[in-house]
Amino acid sequence: MSTVEAPQTQAPKPKTPSTNPGRGRSLIPPLIVGVVAVVAWEVLVRVFNIQKFLIPRPSSIIAALSTSWADILEGTKRTGYVAVSGLIVGVIIAVALALLCTRFHFMADALTPMAAALAATPIVALAPIYFKWFGATDATAKQCVVVSVVIFPVFINTARGLLEVQNVQIELMHTYGVGDWAILREVRLPNALPFFFTSLKVASSLAVIAAIVAEYFGGQQGTLGSIITQSAGLSRYDRAWAAVLMAALLGIVLYAIVVVLERTFIPWERADARR
Amino acid sequence: MTTADTTTPAIEIQGVGMVFNGGRPNEVTALTDIDLTVQAGEFISLIGPSGCGKSTLMRIVGDLETPTSGAVRVNGKDPRQARLDHDYGMAFQQAGLFDWRTVSANIELPLELMKWNKARRQTRSSELLDLVHLADFGAMRPWELSGGMQQRVAIARALAASPGLLLMDEPFGALDEMTRERMQGELVRICAETGATVIFVTHSIPEAVYLSDRVVVMSARPGQITDVIPVALGERNEDTREDPTFFASITTVREALRGAPAPAVTGSNSVDIS
Amino acid sequence: MATTAPTFLQKPVDPARSNSGRSGPSALSRFARRTVFIIGGIVAVALIYTAVKAMGHATGGTWPFTSMPLPFSTDDVTMPPVMDIVLRFGQPQRTGDPKNLTMWILEAMLFTFREAFVGFIIGIIIGMAIALIMLRTRWLERGVMPWVIVSQTVPLIALAPVVVAFGNQIKVPLFSWQQWMSVALIATYLTFFPVAVNGLRGLKSPTPLALDFMRTNAASGNATLWKLRMPAAVPFLIPALKLAATASVVGAIVGEISAGVRGGLGRLLIDYSAQYLSDPSRLYCVVIGAALLGVLFVALINVTDLLLMRNRPREAR
Repeated sequence: MSTVEAPQTQAPKPKTPSTNPGRGRSLIPPLIVGVVAVVAWEVLVRVFNIQKFLIPRPSSIIAALSTSWADILEGTKRTGYVAVSGLIVGVIIAVALALLCTRFHFMADALTPMAAALAATPIVALAPIYFKWFGATDATAKQCVVVSVVIFPVFINTARGLLEVQNVQIELMHTYGVGDWAILREVRLPNALPFFFTSLKVASSLAVIAAIVAEYFGGQQGTLGSIITQSAGLSRYDRAWAAVLMAALLGIVLYAIVVVLERTFIPWERADARR
Repeated sequence: MTTADTTTPAIEIQGVGMVFNGGRPNEVTALTDIDLTVQAGEFISLIGPSGCGKSTLMRIVGDLETPTSGAVRVNGKDPRQARLDHDYGMAFQQAGLFDWRTVSANIELPLELMKWNKARRQTRSSELLDLVHLADFGAMRPWELSGGMQQRVAIARALAASPGLLLMDEPFGALDEMTRERMQGELVRICAETGATVIFVTHSIPEAVYLSDRVVVMSARPGQITDVIPVALGERNEDTREDPTFFASITTVREALRGAPAPAVTGSNSVDIS
Repeated sequence: MATTAPTFLQKPVDPARSNSGRSGPSALSRFARRTVFIIGGIVAVALIYTAVKAMGHATGGTWPFTSMPLPFSTDDVTMPPVMDIVLRFGQPQRTGDPKNLTMWILEAMLFTFREAFVGFIIGIIIGMAIALIMLRTRWLERGVMPWVIVSQTVPLIALAPVVVAFGNQIKVPLFSWQQWMSVALIATYLTFFPVAVNGLRGLKSPTPLALDFMRTNAASGNATLWKLRMPAAVPFLIPALKLAATASVVGAIVGEISAGVRGGLGRLLIDYSAQYLSDPSRLYCVVIGAALLGVLFVALINVTDLLLMRNRPREAR
C-alpha cells in the first residue's frame, strides 16, 4: 500500500521527445504501414470470408459511419462535452491543490501519497455512486467521474514541477531579496509548465476514457459509449466500430489541442523535444 | 591468454585513413595516412586537439570502426579476429559499469562472455580486485564507489581476460587532479606487473609524458600524426613528476602540439620548482 | 534517469548522499509516514462525507445560509452513513445468505484479478516480443512505432464491448473459449501498447559506451540482449506496468459489464447498483473493493520493482 507510487505516464520525464512522434522524421513509413494494414484487413476479411459480426471490413465501418453519421456525431458531441468540461474542472482543481502545496508544504506530504494511492484505483468504478447522487440522466455524474480521474495525474505532476525547482534558482531569488510571490512567478511556475503539460496530455486521454467508461455504466442515451454497447449488443459491429473510430478521433483531437497549447506556452521546450 | 610474441609487433598501422559520410555533403576526413607500429609491452599515448581523430584511431584498432583505407594488424591478426579472440581490453572515459551487477560481477562479465566457469571467474576476479586494491569491495555495487574506484574497476574489467593489449580512451579524463595522479601511478604499476601493451588516449600532456614510452602527437583537420616523441624517464615513481627530464619532455610535447619543430631536449627549459 | 517516478516527497537529493543507495531507516520512515498519511486521508474523507451529510440535514438540503439546493441529496439512501457502510462488510450479502458480503467481494476481486492478471501477463509477453522485433527491424520500428504511440492517446477501452462480443464468437480447436478469456483479452491489449512503447525505449537505452564495451568483448547479440539491454529496460518498463495494471482492472470491470460475465466486480457493481434503493451500503462496499484491487495490483508491481531494482542507485529508480 505504502509503496504505491504516483500514477505513471508513458512519458516519465516531462521533456521526453515521444510526445512528438515522427517529428523531423519521414511520415512515409507509418503511412505505408497504415495503408498496408487497412488493405490487408479488408482483403483478409473478404478472402477468408470472416463473418462481419467478428471483424467488419474497414469499408463497411466507413459505410456505417456515413449512414449513422448524425447519431454518431451527436454522440461524439455529448461525450466530448462531458470529457472536455470534466477535464477543465478537474485541471482547475488539481492546479489549485498543487499551488496550495507550494504554500503549505505539509499539504504536499499529506496529499501526495493519497493521490498516488488513488491514482492506482479504478476510479471509474465510482460511476454508479455518482449516478445515484446526481441522477443517471444528467451529465453531472459523468462529469464528476472525469473530474475524479483527471485530478490525480495533473495534481501530482504539477506539484512536482512547482516543488522540484533548482535550489540555485531559489537562492538567486533570495539574493535579490524578493518574496515568495516572485519566486512562484519567476521560478516555480516556469519550472512547472513542462510537467503540467505532460500531465495534461495524459489527462486529455484519460478524460475521454473516463467519459466513455462512465457511459458504459449507464446514464443518458445517444452518447458514444451507449452507441458502442448498444450496437455491440445488437450485433451491429460495423456501427460499433464506427463509434469507436470517432472515440479515437476525439482522443487524438484533444491530445493535439494540448500539444498546440504546449508549444504556444513553452516554446523553449521545443528545441529539447526535437532531439 | 594471448601473450604477444616478441617478434610480431603488437600493432601495425599502415596508411590508415578514415572518411565519415563519404560522398555526402557532410563528408569529414577524420584521419589521413596514419603509420604507427607499437611493439609488445610498449606504452603509447595519443595526444592532440579535439577532433584530431585520436579516439577514432583507437577505435579502429579496437574494431569499433573500419578504416576507409589502409591496413591494421593487431598481434599480426585482422582487428576483427583480434576482437573475437579477446586480444585486448578496453577502458573508456566513463567507467561504464553496469549498475545491476556487483563490482565482482562487472569484472567477471568479459569472462562470462568467454564462457568461463563460475569458479574460475571468481578466482580471477578476486585476483584482479587485489591488483587494483579493491579487495574489500567486490560485493558492492559500482554506484556505491567513488569515481576513481569505479575507474579502477573498469581497468580491472579490461584486464579480466589477461589481454596482451589495453586500449584506454581518456580513462582518467573525468577524475579530479589528485585522483588522477594516483590512478596514473596505479596504471604504471599494473602495466609493470602484467607486461601489457597500452594505447592511451589523453588530453593531458603531463599524463601522456608520465605514462608513456612514446607520445604520439596528432593534429586536427585532417587528423594525422605530426610527431612521435620518445620519453626516456626510466622507472616511474612519484619523484618522476619533479624530475627535470619530465618537464623537458612536457615542453617538447607542448611545442610539438603547437606545431613548432620539436627542439632537442635540453636542460635549459627545465624549471626548478623547489 | 528518465524514469524516476514522480515522488516529490524525495526532496532534492543531497549531493553528499546521492551516491548512497536507499538507506534503511529513511526508507522505513517514508513507509511509516506514507501509511499514516494514507490512513489520515481515508479518515479525512469519511469526516468530510459525514460533515456534508450533517450540513444537508441541518439546512434541509440547501447550501448554508442560502436557499440554493445542494446538487445532490444527503439523505441516508443517497449517502448512507459511514458506519453503515463499514458494518455492511460484516453482514450477509442478502438475508439468509450464509456468506457475508466481505466474502462475496473478496471472491469477486479474485475473479476480476485473475482476468486482469492473465491478460496483463500475456500483454507483457506480446508487448516485449513486438519491442524486440522493432529493435531488430528498423523499418518496422519507423512504420509501426508512430501508430503504437498514437494508440496511447486513443481511448482503447472503447473497444471493450466489441472485443467481448468478438470473443464470444471465437471457436478455438482443442479448448473451449470462455467468456472470462474475452475479458482477459481486453487487459492484454491495454497492457500491450504501453509495454511495447516503453520496452523499446528501454531496450534502446544502453549508452553507446556500453554497447561498444559489449562489442569489444565479442559479445553475441543474445548476450548483449540478456546481459545489457534487458536489465537496462527494467526501469523503463515499470511505469508502463503500473499504468497497465490499473488499466487492466478497469478493462476487466468494463469487460465484465459488457459481456455480462458473472462472478467479478463488474457484475456486483451492476447488481448492487440495480438493487440500490433496498440496500445502498452494498454498492459503496464493492466500490471500495474495486479500489483496493487496483491498489493491490499496483502494489504488486511496486514489490516487483523493489526486487528487480534493489541493486540500482536511487537516481535510476
